[in-house]
Amino acid sequence: MVIEQTYFIRGGDFSHAGDASSKVKKLLKQLGVDARKIKNIVIALYEAEVNIVAHAWEGMIRISIEADRISCTLEDKGPGIEDIGQAMVEGYSTASKEVREMGFGAGMGLSNIKRNTDVLEITSEVGVGTKVYMVNYF
Amino acid sequence: MFKGKKYHALRVDPNKCFGCVHCIKVCPTEAIRVKNGLAVVDDLRCVDCGNCMRACPVDAFYIIQDDLSKIHDYKYRVALFPSVMIGQFPESITDDQIYWAIMQLGFTHVYEVEQPISWLVDLMLDHHVRNPEKKPLISSFCPAIVRLIQIKYPSLVDNIMQVKAPHDLAAAFVSETLVKQGASPEETGLFYIAPCSAKIAAVKDPVGEKESSVNGVINMNELYNRVMKVIASHPKAEFTGFRDYLSREGILWPLTRGEARLFKRRSMAVDGIHNVVRILEKIETEEIPDVDFLELRSCDQGCAGGILLSGNRFMNVERLARRSRRYPRYSEVVNDNSIVDAVKATLHLEEVVASRAFELDPDRGKALEKMAKLERIICQLPAIDCAACGAPNCHALAEDMVLGKAKMSDCVHLQQQWQHQGKMTNERAFNNLEKIWGRGRFEADCKKRGARNEGF
Repeated sequence: MVIEQTYFIRGGDFSHAGDASSKVKKLLKQLGVDARKIKNIVIALYEAEVNIVAHAWEGMIRISIEADRISCTLEDKGPGIEDIGQAMVEGYSTASKEVREMGFGAGMGLSNIKRNTDVLEITSEVGVGTKVYMVNYF
Repeated sequence: MFKGKKYHALRVDPNKCFGCVHCIKVCPTEAIRVKNGLAVVDDLRCVDCGNCMRACPVDAFYIIQDDLSKIHDYKYRVALFPSVMIGQFPESITDDQIYWAIMQLGFTHVYEVEQPISWLVDLMLDHHVRNPEKKPLISSFCPAIVRLIQIKYPSLVDNIMQVKAPHDLAAAFVSETLVKQGASPEETGLFYIAPCSAKIAAVKDPVGEKESSVNGVINMNELYNRVMKVIASHPKAEFTGFRDYLSREGILWPLTRGEARLFKRRSMAVDGIHNVVRILEKIETEEIPDVDFLELRSCDQGCAGGILLSGNRFMNVERLARRSRRYPRYSEVVNDNSIVDAVKATLHLEEVVASRAFELDPDRGKALEKMAKLERIICQLPAIDCAACGAPNCHALAEDMVLGKAKMSDCVHLQQQWQHQGKMTNERAFNNLEKIWGRGRFEADCKKRGARNEGF
């Protein structure tokens, strides 16, 4: 049995940043997933969701939940990441001044996602977009 | 991890409830359904916040309490009440008149619970220093919020401050004081005058402690009415002796920011349970990273908005603010330090354990199946969220269906469509409606209860 959901994310729409993550959180609670695991998943997903809002023009989040895991694929149309290795470094950020003033873009995003997921794959093409694939086991 | 039946202070009077959607719509945990024309509350989900009682147009909700006559089982009969009790009265009535009137009801001692508040502050700051990893610490003050976190935010139960509430402080302080004066504990009855259903439930079925520190709990609304009957224009005596340790900060404690203002680090105060839900969602996702302390209260304006209070909550806050200025700062109050250790030793709260009120099934595979079914049902429902099925919204009805508690034909709009398509007889559709709303519920009746509710 697999549960699949899709959420559309609009770039720059900070007031709705986090909506998809909270919907996923509700699903995981209904499935009785351990509270700490839910926390990890939702922190990672929220970071990735905010990345789309802050950097990309638009994006899609597809999640699929199975009995032992959740896989999330976040695909965006946006500027892409030039050097993924550097972007993973804590504190490194390309966020604009405006985004930072809103309290986002501290450069903790990707490293925070890494810390909270079991599998993380990031692929990106500059000028086209970024794809983040992450898996958490329950 | 799974906690069974909980004690609830809130009950529905079947003779008054006539079946409408007011309570189901305001419940923060979607715990209420209407069946056979009566509101039914889910024990596992109810947090005793009292929103249903506030919203009910016919006063069908009532609160279980101890009978006042129970105080006469004791030689020393102590009334313990929060400062918001005083805030209900017009300012022309003095503190001493109120104290006197409460004693006329049979009490021998009358204490406000927020004293000596500096001991509670010490314990809270100490708990913060000892547990730097628990960030943010969440106040344990409001029992509706503690229960809400238990059932809806299990990942945050460890953040709940392991320090008890002011009524526990006062109970320990008063019993130590009376023992010092020669009263035996068996002869002393401590009665807490509660401002809300949640505090009553917390005394009857405490979370994080084996048994409550008080011997009984009295409904503040009932006590207020009795006090109003006996209150005299001139106080018969002075009772300042019962307020020796009361401070400005103590008086303001049950109001919003009452705790947060004393928590010298980064703190935030949120009141109103629906606002609290929004903040807890963000805390869970670590969207609010740098707060050390969170004061969360179920009622708007804190306990001044308690469901068992009379009068206007804002007037209550105003009176207490003015009154507090006549009292010394808590740091200036000279406490009885001979009993401080004995009192503090009773104020440790055990760890709060999570319970799972929103799980579709304890078996993950079955839960997934139910969730898939729920998704299919959602497609069929109209998303009008009218609650005419007896559930608060379409999503809640779909949940009830996969849990085997409701069926597709409970949706009145689907029924209409099925009748229109000739798939359901009028008679069956009507029977379904009467099963939810009760027999004869749709007959014309000018004296129908709740019919004159203008809604504002």
